[in-house]
Amino acid sequence: MTRAASSTRGAAKGKPSSTDRDLEPSLYAKRQKVYPREVHGLFASLRFAGVVALMGIYYFLPWLQWKGQQAVLLDLPARKFHFFELTFWPQDFIYLTSMLIIAALSLFFFTALAGRLWCGYACPQTVWTEVFLWIERRIEGDRGKQMKLDRAPWSGRKAWIKGFKHFVWIALSLWTGYTFVGYFTPIRELGVSVLALQTGPWETFWLLFYGFATYGNAGWLREQVCIYMCPYARFQSAMFDKDTMIISYDRNRGEPRGPRKKSADPDALGLGACVDCTICVQVCPTGIDIRNGLQYECIGCAACVDACDDVMDRMNYPRGLIRYTTENALEGKPTRVLRPRVVVYGLVLLALLSAVAYGIATRVPVDLDVIRDRNTLFRETPEGLIENVYTLKLLNMDRADHRYSLSVSGLEDVTVRLDDADLTVPAGEVREVTVRLQVDPYDLEPGANDVYFTLTALDDESLTAEQEARFVGPRR
Amino acid sequence: MADFVSEFWSWFIIIPTVIGILAMFPLVYFNRGQKQSGEADKMGHSWDEDLEEYNNPLPGWWLNLFYITIVFGIIYLILYPGLGSFGGVLGWSSTQRYQNELEYAEERYGPIFEKYQQTDIRTLARNDDAMRAAERLYANYCAQCHGSDARGAPGYPNLRDDNWLWGGEPEQIRETIANGRTGVMPGWEDALGEEGLFNVTEYVLSLSGRQHDSAVAEKGKARYEQLCVACHGPDGTGNTAMGAPNLTNRTWLYGGAQKTVMESIAKGRQGHMPPHGEFLGDSKVHLLSAYVYHLSAQHEQQ
Repeated sequence: MTRAASSTRGAAKGKPSSTDRDLEPSLYAKRQKVYPREVHGLFASLRFAGVVALMGIYYFLPWLQWKGQQAVLLDLPARKFHFFELTFWPQDFIYLTSMLIIAALSLFFFTALAGRLWCGYACPQTVWTEVFLWIERRIEGDRGKQMKLDRAPWSGRKAWIKGFKHFVWIALSLWTGYTFVGYFTPIRELGVSVLALQTGPWETFWLLFYGFATYGNAGWLREQVCIYMCPYARFQSAMFDKDTMIISYDRNRGEPRGPRKKSADPDALGLGACVDCTICVQVCPTGIDIRNGLQYECIGCAACVDACDDVMDRMNYPRGLIRYTTENALEGKPTRVLRPRVVVYGLVLLALLSAVAYGIATRVPVDLDVIRDRNTLFRETPEGLIENVYTLKLLNMDRADHRYSLSVSGLEDVTVRLDDADLTVPAGEVREVTVRLQVDPYDLEPGANDVYFTLTALDDESLTAEQEARFVGPRR
Repeated sequence: MADFVSEFWSWFIIIPTVIGILAMFPLVYFNRGQKQSGEADKMGHSWDEDLEEYNNPLPGWWLNLFYITIVFGIIYLILYPGLGSFGGVLGWSSTQRYQNELEYAEERYGPIFEKYQQTDIRTLARNDDAMRAAERLYANYCAQCHGSDARGAPGYPNLRDDNWLWGGEPEQIRETIANGRTGVMPGWEDALGEEGLFNVTEYVLSLSGRQHDSAVAEKGKARYEQLCVACHGPDGTGNTAMGAPNLTNRTWLYGGAQKTVMESIAKGRQGHMPPHGEFLGDSKVHLLSAYVYHLSAQHEQQ
């Protein structure tokens, strides 16, 4: 109450008039803590399944071993990204780009089709908040008990309960941070260095920072992230239309709302189906009243759908007063699922996914870079041949050692001279070799000539990389 | 921080910055009032008949971000340079960071080079690990002139053959890299005249057994023995003490075509290998000497 009074501070000092106060409202709104009530039902179970699956993947994946090494390891210092059978190099950056484009397009596709599915079931903010809420309920009790505890004056019991809750939250957050770092540095060895308190500066920073972010976002900020920080919550409206699936209260059926006995006939009382129990408001994790219509705060979690269905069952009314529907359906018009935007998003998504799948399936784990020597354009050998020097970088991106052969095409009667004919490159290494090409000037075009280097593994002809370069001769 | 031309500019930055930061605090503090959330006020404008703008208040915790920013700014300006010529109590500077990186690299890689330095150059040239490290040094410091394959270019000697301008013994190579070399061939245009120039050129070509007119070469020989013999020697095998090239092999530093050779004699040549000892340090020079020795030794094996 004291905070509320401070917003009329100007008036208390007697300076600005009441009209001034209307023009200069308080710059800040007091946050009202949301105590989402526990909810059971179809969609709550779906979200629980989502949480278990996503958390399971997150916490378990770095522990998985694959052929004697960590299955998923993003080794930043070595710039090698291991995924099971595959090792990606910075040269494979196109795949990461494609994955990000696919992720963005999926967001568009699913939002146009089914509204905020991501927000309600898959977003890390939702998933971790759900876990933190679950812990909070186990320790403090459900909504009513939490509110009572917060109102109660500080006591030993309150301190113990709150302290225990934060202890569990922090423990989980640190484990989350540890897991996060475990994607970038071998997680088993990381465990040893954590126990010995010998983590490197970056490991320590990211472990604590990611842990702190988890604790702050899922424990404290919660719906504030969705309402004030998340850009997706704001630009999603651009993807909505009247055929997009939303969670909505059926005003036609519900109004006028009001309490009544289970035995009473609502029609006789002049009432709609809504008994105004406010349970839909109590379960809402963002603290809104869905009965006010579509709001940007709604993350589409369907908690109110489960809660209302439960009430309807108890009242012996049909379910679905709050339900997944579309604006068109609410107005009694037909809903079109296959709209042009859904089809276009879907087709583009499909095309990109196939392209990436094809790219990865046919990816060749060898690459060749050709760097022409720049200090001299060309040399003349004592035999009168024109000589160009190149530095080749042989990238063996495979997990086995290979010996390669080099061939050169595009030039007539070219002599290839290597200082070391044995082009063996150990697994996962880059080797630099210098090569000289010698050509009779008679066979050259004046100035620059195109030349093609081809590197092929001797034990596997499918491991081939080709690179174009220039051979410079005299201008004549 | 002596980057300011006078004390005035330093204060020109300090005073507005400090006043600005300090003024932020009352600005934020006296607007801290929070109201219970509810229906947001409207701005009082409407467009297109019914489009209105809400004046939604910021969430209350946002206020703390402003306080944190102010405190962060103050702490930062105390610790790091930012206030005019005040360098900050941590004494941070980009030059210092660069020095720290250098020291770190020295600490980490120094012992490896130290160990190599204890090894004799001929032995070191057979150490594959050392040669791989040396290859990277070569690419950084030598390849610009001598080429990435070390076969040189016109005016820059080939390091893979066994011809040496200044001697191919390990100690001589080390001396070349550490202190540099300057080879000077004076121009003989005026002394020789056009015909003399042609005659001497023919004689020089004859020294390595190339096609020449022996009558003309015989005339050139006389002039050679007057003018060239001091450096290139009576038999034309050169002198590694002053970097005079051997004229009897088929290696031509500036090109072996007849007119190019004539140009060399007429105009003279100046070759300059810059000294590398001071900035590379003894241990790296030692390692590079072994690498150059190793390149030439490779050639002999082939």
